[in-house]
Amino acid sequence: MAIPISYNVRNLKLRKGLTVMTALGIALTVTTAIFLMALLAGLQKAFVSSGNSQNVLVLRKGSEAELSGGFDAALFPTLKVLPGIAKDSHGDPMVSGEWVVVIVLPRKDGTGEVNVTVRGMMPDGLELRPSAKLIEGRWFQTGQREVVVSKSIRSRFSRANIGDTMEFGKGSWKVVGVFDAGGSAYESEIWCDVNQMASDFDRQGGYSSAYLRATDPIAADALKNRVSDDQRLKLEGVLETDYYAKQTSSGAPIKYIGIVVAIIMAIGSSFAAMNTMYAAVAYRGREIATLRVLGFSRPAILTSFVFESLLLAMLGALAGILLMLPFNGMQTGTSNAVTFSEVVFSLQITWAVAMYAIIFALAMGLFGGLFPAWHAARQNILTALRG
Amino acid sequence: MTLGSFVVRNTFRNKRRSLLTMLSISFSLLLLTLMMSIWRTFYIDQGPPDSVKRIITRDRVSLAFFLPAYYRDKIRAVPGVIAVVPMTYFGNVYKDDRSTNSFAQVVTDPDEYPKVAADKIVPPDQLLAWQRDRTGAMVDVELAKKFGWKIGDRLTLQSPYFPVHPEVTIRAIYTIDPPVRSLIFNTKYLEESVDWFKGQTGWYLTEVASPRDVAPVSKAIDEIFRNAPQRTKTESQQAFQLSFVSSLGNVKAFILCICGAVVFAILLVSGNTMAMSIRARTREVAVLKTLGFTRPRVLSMFVGEAIALSLAGGALGVLGATLLIRWLTHSPVAIGIPAGMRVTVPTMLASLVVAATVGFISGCLPAYNASRTNIVEGLRHIG
Repeated sequence: MAIPISYNVRNLKLRKGLTVMTALGIALTVTTAIFLMALLAGLQKAFVSSGNSQNVLVLRKGSEAELSGGFDAALFPTLKVLPGIAKDSHGDPMVSGEWVVVIVLPRKDGTGEVNVTVRGMMPDGLELRPSAKLIEGRWFQTGQREVVVSKSIRSRFSRANIGDTMEFGKGSWKVVGVFDAGGSAYESEIWCDVNQMASDFDRQGGYSSAYLRATDPIAADALKNRVSDDQRLKLEGVLETDYYAKQTSSGAPIKYIGIVVAIIMAIGSSFAAMNTMYAAVAYRGREIATLRVLGFSRPAILTSFVFESLLLAMLGALAGILLMLPFNGMQTGTSNAVTFSEVVFSLQITWAVAMYAIIFALAMGLFGGLFPAWHAARQNILTALRG
Repeated sequence: MTLGSFVVRNTFRNKRRSLLTMLSISFSLLLLTLMMSIWRTFYIDQGPPDSVKRIITRDRVSLAFFLPAYYRDKIRAVPGVIAVVPMTYFGNVYKDDRSTNSFAQVVTDPDEYPKVAADKIVPPDQLLAWQRDRTGAMVDVELAKKFGWKIGDRLTLQSPYFPVHPEVTIRAIYTIDPPVRSLIFNTKYLEESVDWFKGQTGWYLTEVASPRDVAPVSKAIDEIFRNAPQRTKTESQQAFQLSFVSSLGNVKAFILCICGAVVFAILLVSGNTMAMSIRARTREVAVLKTLGFTRPRVLSMFVGEAIALSLAGGALGVLGATLLIRWLTHSPVAIGIPAGMRVTVPTMLASLVVAATVGFISGCLPAYNASRTNIVEGLRHIG
């Protein structure tokens, strides 16, 4: 017969100070782990939500990224008439030839300079990216030296409000709108008209990349293959989702550092939990013996104590999650290994992160509780009763 | 029995508890020492001995964009410049993709390179042989040891950035402390085999007359290219290396957060243990007081016990961190760990001071409570 759970709950309550201190120790470790996992989850979200499964990105063959690409504008009409491309609001094929450059802007708080991506696009470029929503002002107009900036660009750089002018390329650009890209990689970009931009950077007659909108995800796959297989074009098609998924590797250093830190802290906390559980066992020696006399089996005692340790860890995990919740959505930036510009992302405490945190804490509890529980179950009844 | 030995004996009375507490504290302090060493390597260290006089000029946006070769003579003309060499990162792959075989391969101008890298010690005859052979290469002595290379050996290199497989001959082996583990060969050899690379270079490494010249010369160089097709960014070698770190995000805050969490965690663990061990000894405290031990005496005994315990844990943690870092810097698995990273004596002392302070704080409250116990009640206490 199993020992009732309420027995463990009451024991934890009885030794409040000890329980709280140990749980807090576990909570701190969990907090660190959550922080690191939330960083990675935010980064992942920035890249995963950027791609649209209907969009095909066209690059020069052999080029890995938009920045290192570049192909002749003469190829563009051929791309435009490929089958499987969706129609835009004017009834034309929905395609956008684009130029991407990286410019250097000083941070608002004066802590140095940051690389920012500027993307010149055709009017269809906006239709291709329905996830980007205009929240203030208006979109840029073709043929005008106007830019729209993302929400995070506006908040992090000076002179990026509507009506301001930004200096890059060969002159000044007027900020006419602000868009919200919903935490995607576009959140770190400035958008403008492709022709204006190409002339500023002496890049007329070519594009660094082109975006094609397929009628549906299956057509997108076919379109991608058609672009890559066409010998005349010497271009390569990739699904936009795949392109961004690959960039998540920018988070690799954070991941490795995070794993090392979390493991070292977890080992330390497990020892602390073990200490607490050993103390609990030692303190209740006579009680355990009495339970055995009453007929509770050794496995029942073992399970009960392991369970108590797990309960303690669970408390710690919950406290850790609660401690970290206020930081949910906090923004930070890291360098994108593919575009050489800063990518902005926010801490994301997702359900998956919370689940991992709980599993992580339970593992600590299990490790910390197993040996003391084993010790408790193996006590000699008679000596324990006398002690 | 002296007070000291009494404290030490009491500390290890409950061996399992003391051991667990020590282990717990030692892991936390291992992490703290590791973080402090990383901080020191990134933000305090001056790098290789001569690097204070070296500056690096690169494309303003990114190292990924090459600079024109004619920039070199313009940089040379700046007052205060002693020597300037073009440098390009060829790659870090050797034999296969495994990171254990990875080391940095760069190309430069061998004739002028010794002037900017005087801290790389090379036998003069080997240097001459390297400068005379266009396909020659110079390697770090540690690297040569690792792969068993000798002068005259031929290697085939490969690169993720250049579509060639140049074959180089080892002509010189250099020594530098801390080791750099790189292979350097002639930029002209690369230009001959890669057409589009002609007249370009990754960055410029410049030696200035004195450390005082670093800031004005850097500024002067950037000023020259202000209106050039490619603007430049010039900074000290130290700042250049730091820029790789800062691209990861707010590393400083990151490290501080972890350190804070660690210190707080040890405080909890140590405080917990002290509370447990003191409560179990209520009757003993009463006996001590009956024997005439004063309150301050009792207090100092328990606080001393807490300090002894956390110091022991701290020492263990520092030792662990030292071994871990030594292993990391010598292991081929961990790439990106600066070879010069080590736990210095000040870092060790800082960790131990943190341990002792935490022990002191955590011992205070339980010890204060114990010293206040009423003798009669204490004697009656059933632990």
